[in-house]
Amino acid sequence: MGMTVSQKILAAHAGRNQVEAGELINCKLDVVLGNDITAPVAISEFKRLGLNRVFDRDRVVLVPDHFTPNKDIKAAEQAKILRDFAREYDINNYFEVGQMGIEHCLLPEQGLVLPGDLIIGADSHTCTYGALGAFATGVGSTDMAAGMATGEGWFKVPETIKFVYYGALPRWVSGKDLILHTIGDVGVDGARYMSMEFTGEAIKALSMDGRFTMANMAIEAGGKNGIFEVDEKTIEYVQGRAKRPYQIFNSDPDAPYAEIREYDVSKLEPVVAFPHLPENTKPVSEAAEVSIDQVVIGSCTNGRLEDLQVAARLLKGRKVHPELRVIIFPGTRQIYLDALRQGLIEIFVEAGAVVSTPTCGPCLGGHMGILAKGERALATTNRNFVGRMGHPESEVYLSSPAVAAASAIKGRITAPWEIEQAF
Amino acid sequence: MKLKGKVHKFGKDIDTDAIIPARYLNTFDPRELARHCMEDADPEFPDKVQAGDIIVADKNFGCGSSREHAPIAIQGAKVACVIAKSFARIFYRNAINTGLPILECAAAVDAIEAGDEVEVDLEQGTITNLRTGEIYQAAPFPEFMQGIMAQGGLMNYLKEKLSHQSN
Repeated sequence: MGMTVSQKILAAHAGRNQVEAGELINCKLDVVLGNDITAPVAISEFKRLGLNRVFDRDRVVLVPDHFTPNKDIKAAEQAKILRDFAREYDINNYFEVGQMGIEHCLLPEQGLVLPGDLIIGADSHTCTYGALGAFATGVGSTDMAAGMATGEGWFKVPETIKFVYYGALPRWVSGKDLILHTIGDVGVDGARYMSMEFTGEAIKALSMDGRFTMANMAIEAGGKNGIFEVDEKTIEYVQGRAKRPYQIFNSDPDAPYAEIREYDVSKLEPVVAFPHLPENTKPVSEAAEVSIDQVVIGSCTNGRLEDLQVAARLLKGRKVHPELRVIIFPGTRQIYLDALRQGLIEIFVEAGAVVSTPTCGPCLGGHMGILAKGERALATTNRNFVGRMGHPESEVYLSSPAVAAASAIKGRITAPWEIEQAF
Repeated sequence: MKLKGKVHKFGKDIDTDAIIPARYLNTFDPRELARHCMEDADPEFPDKVQAGDIIVADKNFGCGSSREHAPIAIQGAKVACVIAKSFARIFYRNAINTGLPILECAAAVDAIEAGDEVEVDLEQGTITNLRTGEIYQAAPFPEFMQGIMAQGGLMNYLKEKLSHQSN
């Protein structure tokens, strides 16, 4: 019997030729990741083992990105735990403020995660790296601690749902819209415990940035991982970044799928997820009268260069609506620099947006853009749960960067083509 | 081990931001996290929860972020056990790894009401509603996970394993 790409990666890391869904297996890990919220708990657990080294100091990655630059004294103490640990244990991949970025934009950019890898991260959006054809999944701090100690982790081999996207992508429809549409279709637990395999001609046409966005939100359907086939775009992305060899795995033609779902993307329009679940999706044309107080463009979901380019194209020469705040935060230092050199930052500032250093801050209601009671935000982030961006009685709507930028100009949720027609 | 406690009932898709909002994640002290446990789902929960109480929730409990602060906050609030129709994957793993007892049982969730007194037998996986006398059977855990739970969490399990390797 054939295997899916996810099963093949797990089998290879367990030293097995064959695994089947439902089996519990022990696997060798390629990368173990943590941030300033999850790693302090993991470090405290790790120290209970009394070891004087991590399993591999090149394969433990620590990124202080959630509450940094430190939002308060307690957050500063947490970030210091990472810094001290990185120095004490000689961790090569610790990224200080000034070098860092939002972890799931940073690790692929730095070539630290590669096709065929098995990666765990103490952050639910670790599934982002599936865009590279890796098996990457979010875990808690204790799993991270065990991973740092042993370089191994236990896994239940998941079943796979195959999502096939065919047809040509209409203008303004992006990876974000495809994944929001998919979550709206299957629900926030529609892929619980399962692998989500994204295929089809529309996926082939998608840029790497668009694929990262889709893989990133597999967790919002309850998925264990989201994964893409490695193609020439993946290879082009990885070339020049990879500092170690990697292996490409593909699903067998007779691989077992729990379900296959097909979408004709040519009929889609940009999608907006209404409060308070990512599954509450509507086409943007049905969201038109929702007024907003804040627009957030960035995050591990949509903080990459292509996202900023799309936003800049709409904001260029225009002004942010006077009754609205716009916060833009590039995903990494490199993305920030590229945006600066391409003139995007100037466009944003002239339009009346503020541009932040890379941080997870506003996405999880940490800092840098918290909502007051009754306020409403449209964000290119990944979650719109109750209280996610601030007060429990505030609201978050989710969209692509194009819809977010168009809405920033109008002050209400707006389809990008409304802006194009107006000028 | 048998647990007995009063039930607090919650709906479906209770996410980890509701269990412990991110604005409090600048610490992982269980007592501090407990002061805000379930706050965005029920603002009065931190005040009314008593040691030994039981959370009963619908499907997909613990969805969203991977924060282990969620089971830590629940344990900090001295909640004895969580019963749900289903758990989100990372929360499920975190609960086992940190030694928070959890049970999956849809029939019990449908029948049990807020304020009911419930007895849970963790070895047998049975849930008894002391108000009605009805008994429900939860899905059993795989043996491997029972091993981790018996040691009180993954780190104790690993400590034991590492000590055998070095001998």
